[in-house]
Amino acid sequence: MRLEELRGKLFYQGMLLGGAALLTSVLLSFFSQATEADIKAAEAADLKASLSQVLPGEYDNDLLKDTVTLPANQGEVLVYRARRAGKVEAVVYRVTGHGYAGNILCVMGVSREGKILGVRVISHKETPGLGDKIEPAKGDWIHAFEGKFLGDPQLEKWAVKKDGGVFDQFAGATITPRGVVNAVKGGLEFFDGNKAKLLDETGMGEEP
Amino acid sequence: MNEKYARITRDGLWDNNVVFAQMLALCPLLAVTSSATNGLGMGLATTAVLLLSNVIISSVRELVSPEVRIPVYIVLIATLVTLVDMSLNAWAHELYKVLGLFIALIVVNCAILGRAESFASKNSVADAALDGLMMGLGFTLSLVVIGGVREIFGSGTLFANAHLLLGPAFAFLETTIVPEYKGFLLMILPPGGFMVVGLLLAAKRVLDARRAPRAEMAVAEAVL
Repeated sequence: MRLEELRGKLFYQGMLLGGAALLTSVLLSFFSQATEADIKAAEAADLKASLSQVLPGEYDNDLLKDTVTLPANQGEVLVYRARRAGKVEAVVYRVTGHGYAGNILCVMGVSREGKILGVRVISHKETPGLGDKIEPAKGDWIHAFEGKFLGDPQLEKWAVKKDGGVFDQFAGATITPRGVVNAVKGGLEFFDGNKAKLLDETGMGEEP
Repeated sequence: MNEKYARITRDGLWDNNVVFAQMLALCPLLAVTSSATNGLGMGLATTAVLLLSNVIISSVRELVSPEVRIPVYIVLIATLVTLVDMSLNAWAHELYKVLGLFIALIVVNCAILGRAESFASKNSVADAALDGLMMGLGFTLSLVVIGGVREIFGSGTLFANAHLLLGPAFAFLETTIVPEYKGFLLMILPPGGFMVVGLLLAAKRVLDARRAPRAEMAVAEAVL
């Protein structure tokens, strides 16, 4: 058998390794190109779906294209703006809370009057069964924010009940809701501080 | 001939089961089996990869020198998993959102390299395909059983959210075993997984010992 002799030779083994690496990289790069557009489209649809959860109502612009980036306390914030007839009716942006086991990433929608339209948790590492009641699938807690603004409740009441505020905490988990409440409060303060820029009426925002 | 296929099938499903006999793939197992649905998803994804990797490795087995076989197999398996990952992400995105985490875990699943090394590299393509399928199904079965036990004790349900994985037609699988259950956190966390694996393993050993004293030896040989 010639092949069997060949398999023992060093140069064959080197060629084999190189060939396998070359073949698989060609395959991978070709495949990556073929799927790139579909993956981007699917991810954009995902983002849109999660944005529309905190934006009840109809808007007539493409949210993903109408964005503005503003500086905030912790880095920059990317804001998506929803318009009706050219007027900014609501804005959506991400806020980050500090939970029991890491950051809690939330997305919140705020109307032009500064009222919360909705808050959703995108990702968190809280304890399953204790802190994860912040997910809408596991509890109604997150809906408590809807319709609230800075003034209802008063600024110092924006906290969990244990800290003298108005929002419930969970049995066995106070740090998680505290983190979310603080993040949402911070988000509203960000809205108040940047109102003029957020509701900017001159044309479409900068391209992402 | 038929006896050989029966042997491969029995090995994959029971005698040489990936989890309960070879004790492989325990890391993804503990991470994933907090519910029966998750176990099923991970199991099916692994089965697909195992089948394909066994076929590919078996068909190139004549070309690969024994000295460099491990890196070649690893490159092939990693590529395969990446291709599956990308195609699911692009063309079955809903499924990808459910399975996405598990697919990356498959590449570190030593059961796949184990089968490539101990079976596919020594047997014909047809045998390797059957072995991949049966090992995969045996793995799926173990994951579903472990996930089911943990889910029933941990959250009082069985096959919760099955419609996310299998489509709305399978919503009938979702049952609540214990209504108004408060939950038993330990079972959902990895230590509970270890306990369930240990107890099921003991149960399998007892069954095997009762069935025939010889079966015990076959398992011991297979582990070696």
